[in-house]
Amino acid sequence: MTTTQSTRTERPTGSLSAWEGMTRQLDYWVTVYKRTWRGGVISSFAAPLFYVVAMGVLLGGFIQADPDRLEGATSYLAFIVPGLVAAHAMQIAVSESTYPVMGAIKWHKTFFAQLATPLAVRDLVNAFIAFVVFRIASACAVFMLVLAPFGVFESWWGPVLAWLAQVLVGTAFALLTFGYSARLKSEEGFGVLFRLGVMPLTLFSGAFFPISNLGPVLEWAARLTPLWHGVSLSRMFCLDTVDWSLAAVNAGVLVVLCLIGWRWAVTGLDKRLEV
Amino acid sequence: MISARGLRKSYGDFEAVKGIDVDVRQGEAFGFLGPNGAGKSSTMRMIASVSPVSAGELRILGMDPATDGPAIRGRLGVCPQEDTLDNELNVFDNLYIYGRYFGIDRATCRERANELLEFAQITDKAKAKVEDLSGGMKRRLTIARSLINNPDVLLLDEPTTGLDPQARHVLWDQLFRLKQAGVTLVITTHYMDEAEQLCDRLVVMDKGVIAAEGSPRELIEAHSTREVAELRFGVGEHEVLAGKVEDLGDRVEVLPDRLLVYSDHGEDVVTAVIDRGLQPIATLVRRSTLEDVFLRLTGRSLAD
Repeated sequence: MTTTQSTRTERPTGSLSAWEGMTRQLDYWVTVYKRTWRGGVISSFAAPLFYVVAMGVLLGGFIQADPDRLEGATSYLAFIVPGLVAAHAMQIAVSESTYPVMGAIKWHKTFFAQLATPLAVRDLVNAFIAFVVFRIASACAVFMLVLAPFGVFESWWGPVLAWLAQVLVGTAFALLTFGYSARLKSEEGFGVLFRLGVMPLTLFSGAFFPISNLGPVLEWAARLTPLWHGVSLSRMFCLDTVDWSLAAVNAGVLVVLCLIGWRWAVTGLDKRLEV
Repeated sequence: MISARGLRKSYGDFEAVKGIDVDVRQGEAFGFLGPNGAGKSSTMRMIASVSPVSAGELRILGMDPATDGPAIRGRLGVCPQEDTLDNELNVFDNLYIYGRYFGIDRATCRERANELLEFAQITDKAKAKVEDLSGGMKRRLTIARSLINNPDVLLLDEPTTGLDPQARHVLWDQLFRLKQAGVTLVITTHYMDEAEQLCDRLVVMDKGVIAAEGSPRELIEAHSTREVAELRFGVGEHEVLAGKVEDLGDRVEVLPDRLLVYSDHGEDVVTAVIDRGLQPIATLVRRSTLEDVFLRLTGRSLAD
């Protein structure tokens, strides 16, 4: 080992910029991805395709409904696809922000090691979420590309905007879940989150059937869920039935949830790592 | 390098550090010696600029951790008490990726990682998984990782806890080499032999306060005699027999398994004990250590 001064690192005088804080963790997350992408292929790409085939094509074959009753979709497959992808974005977001966050705090203590460097709590949150967003974006992109030949999209630009909406809803869920996980002492809380959060949201936020079927009260309850805003955006863009004022509300709600979620995540981790 | 005045750390109602004054100078090996719960690790985390100061003043490398945390951490090396190596990365990547967090460019990072693997004597394990390393190797890797940014100050929290004697000596040798290379070391330990081996200067901490400060030799001279006669009698006899030998030394300590008679002439004490017709099962005359200093200052042994 040499102790010459020549390779002494640069000496920051204050906090790193958000960009610098993230790029310094790039090699770490690339290594993580290289190690985990194979497992991700199954859960991110294969599983949703099974869903589409089973629910959209096979089950959907029995469903002949007027397009007016399917929010403008010409087939059940075309109806279910945008919602399924949005729900899938949420599921990836939640699964990537639960056990991995707890692991980095409690089991592997990765966050503690990272925090002994010039990186700050917000840098850890930003890079972590950037990685989750990348996972969501790539999974949803592949999903959408595979579905293109099924004739479920009404324009070329619609699916691109729908994809952005899916990424947005995924990001909101990733940040909110991160904040929850950072505050959780035991992994038992994740069971509650999956059973009472993810599961009902997947089933009742308009992914599988129009929320008007729920009746007036429950329909409004469904409209208050974050996932519904993502499903609504995703579907309007895919089916080219965009109501721009509704789209603005949907996107606005999701952006606000992202901002609240970021704050919730950073304060949660900050509190947890302060020992 | 490090200066603390009236430094305090509280967790709710519990005060772990109760107003300590510390100065660490450049190039020295400075120790915090004390039992578990003395406030050493809390102090270390404040110095590492990851735990906010509750009260008092703390300056590290002339900077305030409250405002210059990232800048300070960029110049520190931290070897934590608990293993925080990334088990999912191989040995080389643990060093390389950690270096990237400091903003070191990729080529320099690779170069440094290879140098440090050599320093830690684990070059042949570069591609191995961390979980396949022995405890001693993991510790050496952790220390190597803490050196990736060529730190001005290296913080070592209980560096050899849990290691076998041979691994401890390898580690001490490496820390000694770092010290000779001019790296300032700050070490917490509850092993008095470690403190004696490594520290130029140390503070004895107990219950959140500093009980004494000085070099190991100064502390022993100030708070203990040159030698100690250890007398082992039958179970339960020590308390009773203490009165019969207390005039033989400066003072007597009663431990559960032996009596310690403090005197500058230990052999004379043992001879006198036998002359009085007492029959210890075993006797030992040794030089005073920091353990004796601690016992004197706190009335407890370090293991308590």
